[in-house]
Amino acid sequence: MILAHFWLAFAGFGAALPLGAWQMYIRSPLHGWISDPEWYYRSVTAHGTTMAYVFPTLVAMGFGYFVAEAALQRPLIGLRWAWLGFALVVIGTVTAIIPVALGLASVLYTFYPPMIGNPFYYIGVVLVVVGSWIWVALMGINMQRWKRDNPGTPVPFPMFATVAGAYLWGWTAVGAALELLFQIIPAALGLSRTIDAGLARVFFSWTLHAIVYFWLMPTYIAYYTILPRAIGGRLYSDAMGRLSFILFLVVAMPIGVHHLFADPEVGSGFKFLHSVFTALVALPTLLTVFTICASVEIAGRLRGGKGVLGWLAALPWRNPVMLGAALSFVMLGFGGAGGLINMSYQLDSTIHNTQWVTGHFHLIFGGAIVIMYFVIAYDLWPHLTGRSLDSLGLMRAQLWTWFVGMIVLTFPWHYVGILGMPRRMAFYDYSDPVIAAQAASVTMSVIGAAILVVSGALFFLVLARGHAAPRTAPPAYRFSVAVRPPRALPAALNGFGLWLGLMIALTLVNYGFPIAHLLATPGTAVPTVNVGALR
Amino acid sequence: MNREWAAILRSKWFPASVGITAALAIAGLLVGFVVLPLADRNEQFHSVWDAICSAAGLIQNAAREPVVQANYPTTRVELTPRMLRGASAESIGRGATLALRCTMCHGARGLSEANTPNLAGQYAVVIYKQLMDFKTGARVSAVMAPLVGDLSDQDMRDLAAYYAYLPRVPASRPAGEPPQIVASGAPLRSIAPCGACHGELASKPGAAWLEGQPFDYLRTQLQDFASGARRNDIGEQMRNVARGMTVAEIDAASRFYAGLRGPTGSQADASSKQH
Repeated sequence: MILAHFWLAFAGFGAALPLGAWQMYIRSPLHGWISDPEWYYRSVTAHGTTMAYVFPTLVAMGFGYFVAEAALQRPLIGLRWAWLGFALVVIGTVTAIIPVALGLASVLYTFYPPMIGNPFYYIGVVLVVVGSWIWVALMGINMQRWKRDNPGTPVPFPMFATVAGAYLWGWTAVGAALELLFQIIPAALGLSRTIDAGLARVFFSWTLHAIVYFWLMPTYIAYYTILPRAIGGRLYSDAMGRLSFILFLVVAMPIGVHHLFADPEVGSGFKFLHSVFTALVALPTLLTVFTICASVEIAGRLRGGKGVLGWLAALPWRNPVMLGAALSFVMLGFGGAGGLINMSYQLDSTIHNTQWVTGHFHLIFGGAIVIMYFVIAYDLWPHLTGRSLDSLGLMRAQLWTWFVGMIVLTFPWHYVGILGMPRRMAFYDYSDPVIAAQAASVTMSVIGAAILVVSGALFFLVLARGHAAPRTAPPAYRFSVAVRPPRALPAALNGFGLWLGLMIALTLVNYGFPIAHLLATPGTAVPTVNVGALR
Repeated sequence: MNREWAAILRSKWFPASVGITAALAIAGLLVGFVVLPLADRNEQFHSVWDAICSAAGLIQNAAREPVVQANYPTTRVELTPRMLRGASAESIGRGATLALRCTMCHGARGLSEANTPNLAGQYAVVIYKQLMDFKTGARVSAVMAPLVGDLSDQDMRDLAAYYAYLPRVPASRPAGEPPQIVASGAPLRSIAPCGACHGELASKPGAAWLEGQPFDYLRTQLQDFASGARRNDIGEQMRNVARGMTVAEIDAASRFYAGLRGPTGSQADASSKQH
């Protein structure tokens, strides 16, 4: 079942990756203007929907089920429900992608009301989310049952972190679900001819930012629980790890209004408040960077590294997990620095709605996060298939090409954003002197995209060779062990009750008034614009 | 579960986490809703409460600015999507009689031989609006003004119904792709594609059916919109578009809708004379 999740996730990734490269090519100076921009938006919708909803959700679900079995060392409770969740994701994906392929829902994955597409697109997305909610419930239930059966024993850290990610997703998906169920789907079914686009955007922002942290969770879990073990070290601090995930849970969600800095429907006070809490999310990331660097240093010193920097040279750089995590950290550093600009109320105005934003989330998600999805796959595959992955050289080549491709793709992408190139456009007239200077940068991005397609192909080659390898019996899977494994933990660090309470309270403070105000204000709805319909 | 909650409530984690979160939220609220709005010199708040309301995004009763009036006659026609739909046979017949005075320039069946617009098959709202604009002076023409002076509102509706009823001139599409300005516009200059309003795929109320109109007429109108000589587009939508167009684009769009081949050339001019 876990393998089915991973394979479906990577199949979606494999299909959507060339679409992304095609889009980059189409809007570059290497290609003339596309005569029918509808094809471009259709492709962007398919790429975004697959990469943002289907791919990471399935990776998180599959990895979560794996952690639940491997960390709790018992079979998953609710296996049938898990299959039901998987089936809902499959049905939802197919339901959503057919109208997109037919050009009936070219609204981009962020929906952008008052544009309204075919109802089946939205229903499909809802099914994917409902399928993932089953996973959220199963993660919670598995942890609770384990706690009941093992009173007084700390929940294993990998499971604790996974449940934090699941609860974060469960709550953050509520925003988009409200938007879809009460606003967009009624309009798509023709029950309503108007929609409060401002309110819809506020609901979506509830989901839009924390969804990134949901994507990030498997990556962070891999940093903490796979990397130190894979390089022969130990996790520096178990408590610090728990604290990081708790902080993500509490402050990652009520910050989404920083996506609406240029929107008039939210007051400036709330924008500032969300900006403050966005700044706080840097905290768990900095904690993680510190803990992981310390853990890696432990491994380096255990391997005989000496001096201030000598431990770096002693690290097993030929190990794909080490290499992938290091490359991921570099991309996380650059992407995080860029993110500080996005979240600052004033600085954001210089890059709002420019290609900078697209470059930023490709560097963070496509770069720092997805490269760790590859690492997770490489690490788990022998345990999932019972066949060893031996193409270490190919893995290193794949990770390096992904890193180089992503840098070549996104650095010029950020740069043209600073020059003011708007996003979400299908064509750019590079013969116009105003943007002629951007032509070279966009061409570089196309080269980066091509490298990424090659890297994606290498990834599938590695997995395919693994499936063709002879059967082996891998040893039992192990997660990293902390330097001082916890014997007993304060109740607050062994459960989520307190933190879920704080998360919901902060949501009410940060979102309650703007939503209530928009609901109570008459005359805020605008006519819907139906996409793909004959006019 | 309850035992766990009891342990949490007893521990120092509870007051610490709730206290820190609340302190951060209150500090953020104070700075965002009081300190920053009051520090903004461009805003003149009467009280702290005023500043808080503004930061919360409440709609304020701003002083009403007087509406700026144009210093030239503007169109008085309000168009709606369903306007002048379903004309009666009587209306069309009356229109046909009234149209006898138009035949000198616009042709016996609405097809012009004189570089004036072909009216056959034109949208009724377009004819009606232009007639009204000629009458009110929103659109200036030394030839048209005296002719419409004595037309009543119903006369104009009847004329519009009659011309809309006549069959269109058969479209003579030049081979190949339409020019970029027609198909894609010029996004960098905020120029929408001509075809988005005037084309076969999409039409907007009030936008004329342009196919088969004479080249000279189309080019002159675009030049007049650009110079401001014609200004009966109340939202300045055509003036804004035409001002941003290059001479070559005006030429290309006019040629395309006139059904002429190629960007320029004597062959195309010759065929226009034949036409």
